[in-house]
Amino acid sequence: MDSVGTRASARPYARPPEGSQPPSLYEPYRATIKRAPLKPLVVLPHTLSEVTGPIFGHDRVGESDNDLTCQHPGEPIGERIIVSGRVLDSHGEPLPNALIEIWQANSAGRYRHIRDQHPAPLDPNFTGAGRTLTDEHGAYRFITIKPGAYPWLNHYNAWRPAHIHFSVFGTAFISRLVTQMYFPGDPLFAYDPIFQSIPDERARQRLISKFDLETTQPEWAKGFKFDIVLRGPEATPFET
Amino acid sequence: MKPDTDLVPTPSQTVGPFFAIELTTVEHCVQCVAGPQAEGERVCLTFRVVDGEGVPVDDAMLEIWQADSNGKYNHPEDAQAKKLEPGWMGFGRVATGEDGTCVLETIRPGRVTQSASPQAPHLTVGVFARGMLKQLYTRVYFAGNAANEEDPILQLVPSERRGTLLARADPARPGYWSFDIRLQGDLETVFFDV
Repeated sequence: MDSVGTRASARPYARPPEGSQPPSLYEPYRATIKRAPLKPLVVLPHTLSEVTGPIFGHDRVGESDNDLTCQHPGEPIGERIIVSGRVLDSHGEPLPNALIEIWQANSAGRYRHIRDQHPAPLDPNFTGAGRTLTDEHGAYRFITIKPGAYPWLNHYNAWRPAHIHFSVFGTAFISRLVTQMYFPGDPLFAYDPIFQSIPDERARQRLISKFDLETTQPEWAKGFKFDIVLRGPEATPFET
Repeated sequence: MKPDTDLVPTPSQTVGPFFAIELTTVEHCVQCVAGPQAEGERVCLTFRVVDGEGVPVDDAMLEIWQADSNGKYNHPEDAQAKKLEPGWMGFGRVATGEDGTCVLETIRPGRVTQSASPQAPHLTVGVFARGMLKQLYTRVYFAGNAANEEDPILQLVPSERRGTLLARADPARPGYWSFDIRLQGDLETVFFDV
């Protein structure tokens, strides 16, 4: 086995397959038009600067930060759900101690953010933000309420499918991922340019959580499963 | 590691316009990468993010990753025979304001030498914003540093574009630097395909 101490340079990370990630420029999502680079990106061989990254400790996360329904005196309005899953690298290895941060709209489709002007009610008992660290098996769990769909101004009669934003740190700065988790069967998928920006249909489907009876708690909350895969180091043929 | 297993990484989606309720709250921003006790030359770095029309991007988040003043990363993959400064993390997270700027307090990192060609002092930056379906990566080097001439990554960049990766020192205020991130246009910042 190749030991870290004897390596002359950093072990490169595998690059995601063609079509599995969205492009920077996707005209149906209008805000990309002035914010996407148009000059060619410079292909970067991975150095230590790319394959290292911040490793967070438990001091960053409070005990109940993964329960978005208990951050206020009362219970938030909406459908209580349990979102759980695992964070893995591209070899299927679970990633323990991965920091996950989430944020979302309330059940009426309104964010607690000054720029959200959607005329839907704010919920005094819901902030819509949480964080957690994965356990030794790479597993995480959030309790929250199902977010509502909401309108946006991208095009006439544009609505975002219900989603929860996920921010995840892996072992390297280049395995950093910000994404969105969707819910099965949403009729808005076909009209949403953000979801549709991912060229590969199968890759796109990976952003849709699955209803899960096993993690559903009787008379209390439905369970949804969402596994997250982060880029991992290239496999070396000499490793077993 | 099981080399046979090959999972496709989860696709990226935009951070959107409302990330500030979690990612850049007062508690979760990390404006100060290096505390006052940190070794090294102090740097106050002002970033300015603009779009293809030169309009300030007032809803971007920047994440920074850097080595300490010895060029050592706080990470198990760093096999350099160097001492890591006690308490060094090396991570920063800042959000742009109305004028598209944000300020990072840090120190100038040392040279990372875990390869045949040592790198010049640099910060790695991830740029996130509404209208960006995935983050962009760039690097901040320090103008005037002799080591830039032999940096292996800068050599990969067409010479006429290298300047976009250089932070500029404010001649009137020692220790103050600025770095523009132009997402698009003639003076577009160099972004890396990582």
